[in-house]
Parts: sequence; structure tokens; C-alpha cells
Amino acid sequence: MTSLASESRSEPASSRAKQVLSRALIYGALLFWAFVCLFPIYWTVTTSFKSAIDVTQGHLIPWLDFQPDWKGWRSLGLSPDTIFETSTARAEFLSRFVNSIITSVGASALGLVLGTLAAYGFSRFQYKFAWMRNDDILFFFMSQLILPPVVLALPFLVLYKALSLLDTRIGLILLYTLTVLPIVIWIMRDQFNSIPIELDEAAYMDGLSIWGTFMRIILPLATPGMVAAFILSLVLCWNEYFFAALLTSTDAKTLPVMVASQTGSQGINWWSMAALSTAAIAPLVLVGIFLERYIVSGLTAGAGK
Amino acid sequence: MQNSSPLTDERHDKLTSSRFPISRKNAGRALIAIVSLAALLVLVVQILHTAGTITAGFSDWRPILYAYLLWAIAFGIGQALVREERGLRALFLLPAVLFTVAVVIFPTAFGIYIASLDWNLSSYEGPHFNGWNNLIGLFQDSYYWNALGNMVFYTVSVLAEYAIAFALALLLNTEIRARKLFRVVFLLPLMLSPVAVSWMIGKSLMEYRFGPAATLARYLGWDNPAFFSSPWTARLSIETMDAWVSIPFIMILLLAGLKAMPKDLLEAARVDGATGWQSFRHVTFPLMLPVSITVLVIRIIFKLKLADIVINVTAGGPGGATDTVSSFIYRVYRDRSNVGYGTGLAMFYLVLIIVFLTALLRVSRRWTQRVA
Repeated sequence: MTSLASESRSEPASSRAKQVLSRALIYGALLFWAFVCLFPIYWTVTTSFKSAIDVTQGHLIPWLDFQPDWKGWRSLGLSPDTIFETSTARAEFLSRFVNSIITSVGASALGLVLGTLAAYGFSRFQYKFAWMRNDDILFFFMSQLILPPVVLALPFLVLYKALSLLDTRIGLILLYTLTVLPIVIWIMRDQFNSIPIELDEAAYMDGLSIWGTFMRIILPLATPGMVAAFILSLVLCWNEYFFAALLTSTDAKTLPVMVASQTGSQGINWWSMAALSTAAIAPLVLVGIFLERYIVSGLTAGAGK
Repeated sequence: MQNSSPLTDERHDKLTSSRFPISRKNAGRALIAIVSLAALLVLVVQILHTAGTITAGFSDWRPILYAYLLWAIAFGIGQALVREERGLRALFLLPAVLFTVAVVIFPTAFGIYIASLDWNLSSYEGPHFNGWNNLIGLFQDSYYWNALGNMVFYTVSVLAEYAIAFALALLLNTEIRARKLFRVVFLLPLMLSPVAVSWMIGKSLMEYRFGPAATLARYLGWDNPAFFSSPWTARLSIETMDAWVSIPFIMILLLAGLKAMPKDLLEAARVDGATGWQSFRHVTFPLMLPVSITVLVIRIIFKLKLADIVINVTAGGPGGATDTVSSFIYRVYRDRSNVGYGTGLAMFYLVLIIVFLTALLRVSRRWTQRVA
């Protein structure tokens, strides 16, 4: 837009008009995409308050179009009038919810610890293992990213059966850690590379050991990257469906599996499906709203190179 | 060799050689040896027990896992004792390496073995060796090749996702009001689980009778807005949903790249009187090329794993038109219980992916060098 201004310096009126037009186009595009992003979420949330007739008639705006009601939430046992009563639906939902939290937080934390240590090693030291140098070992880790879940699914099924890890949270945590590890290493290595090595050297001079330097000096500086890596891992683990569907049956079932099993059955109530979907996406939507700036700032360190 | 600064290295070696006497080295070696032997013993006992040679042993293989864990810890301590400074450095990498080796190498090797079996869970006989038959069968499986063909479409669509994401990143990088708000809103779809999205969009928004998307399509003049009944519309609908979830990821990485771009070059272009398009074409785009390629490669890797939306919305239909390789293999497992064949398909797919990505990386590297 600024280039437009300098181009048509001789005709200020038309340049002004052009500028207004380009502003309008920019905001139009922004608003359009915001609508695209928000409408499905809005639709799901409102549908959980609709009765059958409001759904079929495509009513959209609460209080104006239709009278909101706790219908969907009642079927989950989460509406104000049912929250204090016992409800099997709620018990099932809560157990899936807790499973999802434990597996995703556990796997992200484990992945973050393993990945951060390895990333620091890659960014500061030269390793040699047999014929493998730093780049080869790094490639070994990154290549885990391309393994499609289908390749691992069945061997894991058999393996977990032997280890009696089938349908356990620990089993899922181990598997999810594997899937997020390359991403953590990728983000954290860029993060550590952006921290000058002179800091390490100064710390050695002051008599700190390698691990002391890492823990006390470097790690605090790498917090933005760690937060970003943790959130991304959390998103991936929370939303993972494929392994969870194959490796869990009753005890360790996670939320996506529960949502999927409900979608499959015909004649499911729209409002309860909508309530379930809303509850399944709510935690990460909140994470997205409140921690978004950490994702961007954490990734900026890496994407600059 | 270990550190970039020779000065600190020298100092360290002096310090550490006095801190680590010979006896410690021996203790470390002894520790590794003893624990390795113990772990090996447990493993041998369990193998013999499973084979039926001896009665002593465990009911499942879980103790092997604990043995491995203990061995890994002892190995780490031993490394630190024996190799001093270098051992301490190796400790950064060891946990990740040992973990990955344990959870990847063994299952993959095992997977190759399963792929050679004729093993159907629902059949009576149990697994038996099948040689190359799975591989031969795969070449005659038209559904598999159809799924591979669909993968080509899905992979090429990454370019469209990239174009939209780049436009959005550029929009967010201009001087606008409420930029943070827009950024949060644009990022939200990334947070949603594809399974929930497949209900929210695929099964409810795009519902034929009264979904808002269908209503809108009717209003716009499409009489029969069935999003999942003809092959191409179904494929496009699936791709739209996947794009909706993943565009924010591409966008956020591109935005990070745009923010890290040197400002003076754009400034110079503007002073020279370049139009917006010209400065994008000749300054922004070339500078963003490395970031773009990283993002595209990562996105393609994730796209090649696409399964959950397809499984939940169309289950591959109509007539396999939306099938991805992963969703197809999932059905082979789930519906036909054909474990050996399914794993064979997966292994073949893995080989294809590796070949494709290697070629892609090589081409993109050459291309970046030529442009830069």
C-alpha cells in the first residue's frame, strides 16, 4: 500500500482512494477468514444447546432464532440441573477426559525432557558414534517423523500384548513420546542455536560443570522454545486418534476415540454429539487463546534460519 | 574435537582428569559389565521360558522392559564414570537415543517379519510364513493403488494450502488493527482434534439436509449439495477439512519467518519504487524460500499420514474415492483382521515414502541453491 502511495504521488486523490480500497480489501479478507475459522466452532457450541427442531430448521442465533436449552449437556450429565446427580455418561466422559490429560501431558513432558537434552547436545557438542556424526544422528531422529502410524501400529499391538501394556496409559505415553520427540528436537535445537555459545564458555570459566551450565544458565533462556514445543506436543497427543483407537479398548480410551465411537453410531442425538465435541476441543481452544503468543515467539527463534 | 573453543577444553581436561581417578573408571566399567550381564540373563531366561525349555520365568515380558530401563540408567552412569567429560556430554544424547532405539528399531524389525506372514486374526490357523506373497498380492490390489493415487492428490493440494497460508501470513504481517486477535482466531483450527472436526464439519456442517454449508450451497445455486457422494466432491471436501485444520500450522511458521526477515531489504525495494507484488516476487518470496521448503516438507510428511478424518467421515467412500493409504490399511486391520497383509502394505508404503521424500529433499536443495 505504501508503494502505491509513492507511485502515484502526482494524483493524491486517486492514491487516497486506492489506499482506502486496499485497506478495505485487507480487512475484508481478514474478516472472511476469521469467519471461516470461527463458524464451525460457533455452530458446534450452539448446537449443543439446540433441540431437534432447531437443528433441522437451521436456526443459528440463540435467543433470537431459538431458545437455548441445556439439552446436549444434560445428556452428558454436565448441565446445571444434572451436575450433582450420578450419571454414567458423565462418569465415562470424565474417565476419557482424565485419560486424555494424563497421556498427552505425560507424553509431552517426557518428550520435552528427552528432546531438550538431546537438542542441547546437538547444538553444543560434536558426537561420534561408529560412522555416525552429529548430522547422521540428527537425521536418525528426524526420520522417525516420517514413519506413518500404520507401519508401527501392528507391531506395537503385538509387542504391547507381550509386555501387557495394551490398553494402558503408559503404553500410549511411550508411543506418543516417540511421535513428538523429533518435533521437540527440531524446535529446541534451533532455540539453543540462537543462544550464543559464549555464554556456556563464560559459565565454564566460572567453574560450572557442563550440566550445571545447562541447568542454570542455558535452560532458563530457552524457556520460550520449550513452551512452544510443549504446546505443539500437547496438541498432537491430545488429538491423536489412530494409535488410541487400535491400542486401547476400555481402560485407557482417550477422548478422540470416544468422540469417534459416537459418530459412528447412527441416529445419535445432534445436541449430545455437539456437547461432546465442544468438551473435547475446549481445553486446547483455551490453551490456544491464552498461550498463542508463546507458540509464535518460540517458533520464531527457529524459523529465522 | 568436542568443543568449539580449545581454551576451555584444555582447562576442562586438566580439571577432570584429577576429578576422575582410575578406580572410578574401573568401577564404571564393572557397573556396565555387571548390569549388562544381568539384563542379558533376564532376557535369556524369559526367552527359554517362553520357548518352554525351562519353567522359571515371568508370566509376561514386562520385566524385560524394567531390565532395559535399569540397564539404560546404569549404562548412563557408567559412561559418565568411564569416559569422564565426554561421557557427561554423551549423557545429553543417550536418553533420547536409548528410548528411540527401544521403541522404534524393535517394532520396525518385527513389522518386517509380520509383513512376510499370512496372518489373519479371524482365521483359525494362526500365522504362518508367506514369503513374498503379500508383496505380490499388493500389486494386484486395485484398492491399494487407488489409495496411493488419492495420496498424490492430497499431497499436491499441500501447495494450495501453502498459498492460502502464505497469503494469511502476509495479511497478519501488515499494519493492521487487532492483529493479536486475528492471530489467535486464525490459529484456533490447529488446536482442534481432527476427529472432532470430522463431526463438526463433515457430519454436521456439511450434512445434506440441514447443515449450514449445504444450505449455503443451495442458496448459491447448487441444487444437490451432497458433499460426499461423487468422487471428486468427496475428495475435495475431505481435503477442505484437512486444510482447515492444518493451514494455521503452515501460516504460523511462515509468519515466524516473515518476522525474522531483515527489514532493510524491503525498505530498499520500496525506495526503488517497487510495487507490492514486485517486492513480494523479488524480495520476500526468495528470502522466505528456506522456511517455505522446511514447512512444505513437514506438512507433506504429516499429510502422508492423513487418516483420522477419512476414517471418521467417509470411511474411504464413495467407492474408495477418498481413501488414504493409512485409512485403507486401518480398514484391512479392523474389518478384515488381515494383519500380515496390512503390515505388508504399510511397509511398502514406508519404502515409497522414503524414496519420495529423499528425492524431494534432494530436488529442493538443488533448487534453493540455484535461486540463492
